[in-house]
Amino acid sequence: DSSSSATENTTRTVTLIPGDGIGPEISHSVQKIFEAAGVPLNWESVDVTPVKAANGKFQIPRKAIESVTRNRIGLKGPLATPVGKGHQSLNLALRKQFNLFANVRPCKTLEGYQTPYSNVDLVTIRENTEGEYSGIEHTIVPGVVQSIKLITEHASSRVAEYAFLYAKQHKREKVTAVHKANIMRLSDGLFLRCCRDTAERHPEVKFEEMYLDTVCLKMVQDPTLFDVLVMPNLYGDILSDLCAGLIGGLGLTPSGNIGEGGAAIFEAVHGTAPDIAGQDKANPTALLLSGVMMLRHLHMADKGEKIEKACFDTIKDGKVLTGDLGGKSKCSEYTAEICARIKNS
Amino acid sequence: TTRWRTAYGGRYTITLIHGDGVGPELMEHVKAVIRCVRAPVDFEDIPLSSNTANDEMFERAVMAVRRNGVALKGNISSQNTLRSLNVLLRTRLDLFANVIRCKTSPVVPTRHRDIDILVIRENTEGEYSSLEHESVPGVVESLKIITRIKSMKIARFAFKLAEEDGRKKVTAVHKANIMKLSDGLFIDCCKEVSQEYPKIAFDTMIVDNTCMQLVKTPSQFDVMVMPNLYGNIISNVCAGLVGGSGFVAGSNYGDHYAIFEQGTRNTGTAIAGKNIANPCGILFAAANMLQYLGLVEHCSAIKNAVLNTIQEHKLKTPDIGGTASTTQFVECTLKEILKLTPTIGFN
Ligand SMILES: Nc1ncnc2c1ncn2[C@@H]1O[C@H](COP(=O)(O)OP(=O)(O)OP(=O)(O)O)[C@@H](O)[C@H]1O
Ligand SMILES: Nc1ncnc2c1ncn2[C@@H]1O[C@H](COP(=O)(O)OP(=O)(O)OP(=O)(O)O)[C@@H](O)[C@H]1O
Ligand SMILES: [Mg+2]
Ligand SMILES: [Mg+2]
Repeated sequence: DSSSSATENTTRTVTLIPGDGIGPEISHSVQKIFEAAGVPLNWESVDVTPVKAANGKFQIPRKAIESVTRNRIGLKGPLATPVGKGHQSLNLALRKQFNLFANVRPCKTLEGYQTPYSNVDLVTIRENTEGEYSGIEHTIVPGVVQSIKLITEHASSRVAEYAFLYAKQHKREKVTAVHKANIMRLSDGLFLRCCRDTAERHPEVKFEEMYLDTVCLKMVQDPTLFDVLVMPNLYGDILSDLCAGLIGGLGLTPSGNIGEGGAAIFEAVHGTAPDIAGQDKANPTALLLSGVMMLRHLHMADKGEKIEKACFDTIKDGKVLTGDLGGKSKCSEYTAEICARIKNS
Repeated sequence: TTRWRTAYGGRYTITLIHGDGVGPELMEHVKAVIRCVRAPVDFEDIPLSSNTANDEMFERAVMAVRRNGVALKGNISSQNTLRSLNVLLRTRLDLFANVIRCKTSPVVPTRHRDIDILVIRENTEGEYSSLEHESVPGVVESLKIITRIKSMKIARFAFKLAEEDGRKKVTAVHKANIMKLSDGLFIDCCKEVSQEYPKIAFDTMIVDNTCMQLVKTPSQFDVMVMPNLYGNIISNVCAGLVGGSGFVAGSNYGDHYAIFEQGTRNTGTAIAGKNIANPCGILFAAANMLQYLGLVEHCSAIKNAVLNTIQEHKLKTPDIGGTASTTQFVECTLKEILKLTPTIGFN
């Protein structure tokens, strides 16, 4: 396992995918902060802009794939996905390529940043390889389109197992399986059955099942009802963004994509924010906290904590904040403030 | 199209489909309230629930709605049935549009203010097609069907309602960055219809971003239109924002019939029989049904009586932060109705 072999003082190489839009700005910010904290990491920066292969299809450049395959750990900024037509989502391709089967997104209220919701502390775990994202669609006759959602026992059990392991490792009490098996009897029924079976093997963690709609309803009424949630792909996509909204939005939520055999890519949940790209306005917190998740994964928890504290303190202090958090500061100023706090700590 | 309904001798018959959970008890309160407001209606009770479900009972429900044109419905639990009877009823009657209005009310404490959203949901296809199969053991395919006909229909419905209701903006919710063909078709249809309504602004939003925006700044939304599953999600989020499943009313429309119900279609199994269910949602739904039949005064009398019960008499059920029982609440509402409807000149 790549993560356990890494120790405090070895210099690890990780792949950095700066991404599109605001990606380069926030990646730069994270690099600066990691440097200030003296994190022993080499960044191997790669470009994943699709290139046209011999067969005419657009693909991720070989170099990028080789880098992640070698390092098995990556930090990734947002990638653009064109709406409607065009090539396949790159996010999707990366997930498939590295078999990143679980997407983990912790959402915790940031002290000092007020939202209508307080004391949120939950984690969404999303199946990341199948479901509605199978990419199989066709027009049967003009005006009639069919999309296929694919649910397998293998993938469902695998993500359920991970959810319970995560709950144990992070001292969480309850896992909620989110489903719509009253309507999608076979597909969500299979997912639910896998969760139930897995729950039986982990009796020390509480297990509950709830309809997707009921989760949505209760989530906005009282998010403290939830702890760890596990669900199929689309539901996870939607709920994780909803939960991010509870604590202040996409600029704040970290995320990790966990693969088999210790490979992992940590990424910012948000999009490329084309509306503010290149203006030094972006909030790098999500990517930074994803970096902190990465440090924990690499057993560099104390560096991670140092960075996290400087970041949280900056937000709690409220003097140097980016626009999305109601402040007036630039990304670079926010970055400098966190670096200064790290150096003074 | 004119809506088809029976009014023999000026009296309407309304179908009451009891459902499971809190459905049956709430139906009794609805009857009391409608009698009290002296609406010219008779009730046709259909005790359809997951326990009584058989083909004959189901057909009776379908026939009753066809005959009477309208129904008020409790949710039928999905236990004991092979397919969701709620979905079957909607598809059999082709109730293609589900509408819920989520509006913050000064009488109910909420985290956000100034919300007034109309959620319009395609109600008969999408992920609810019930086309599934287990290709090999442990591998299940589930089909989502999006058609141009239904998408155009719901888009037209949404814009028409937006115009009638004096709304300014329609937002189509989708996931066309992933489901390029199916959701792509849906938003293409919405765009096409939007051309016919130059006075109403139109935009599209990806469903995950929409949910995030809803819990951050819900006041940015006006009318929202979407395929079936996203509708399930968005309507529950919106209902949660303005008071929850016991407070919000919903309706389902087809070309000929309409069914009214609690906005988020919960069964409330856990609170059934405890006299704590919130009757507001189903009473608002009943009021909307009367309005649909043209009984406008009766509708507003019921709505005002419910709101007065909360505001002036400070009565609330536990789900919205009170301690009143269902019967306490309804008794007060009945008194309010009597106050609001003097014998002469009303009926
Ligand atoms: N890191 C960030 N800092 C500040 N604002 C952000 C950040 N990320 C996203 N936003 C804002 O949130 C909103 C949604 O942005 P996002 O890029 O996720 O949209 P999107 O349409 O999903 O884009 P994409 O197609 O790239 O996924 C935008 O207004 C954007 O400016
Ligand atoms: N009329 C009502 N008054 C108060 N609370 C209600 C009412 N109807 C539903 N609820 C509440 O809404 C929540 C969700 O309802 P419910 O448990 O029925 O959901 P469900 O997921 O549809 O479950 P099931 O169909 O198994 O009963 C519950 O907390 C329930 O108590
Ligand atoms: Mg998302
Ligand atoms: Mg996005």
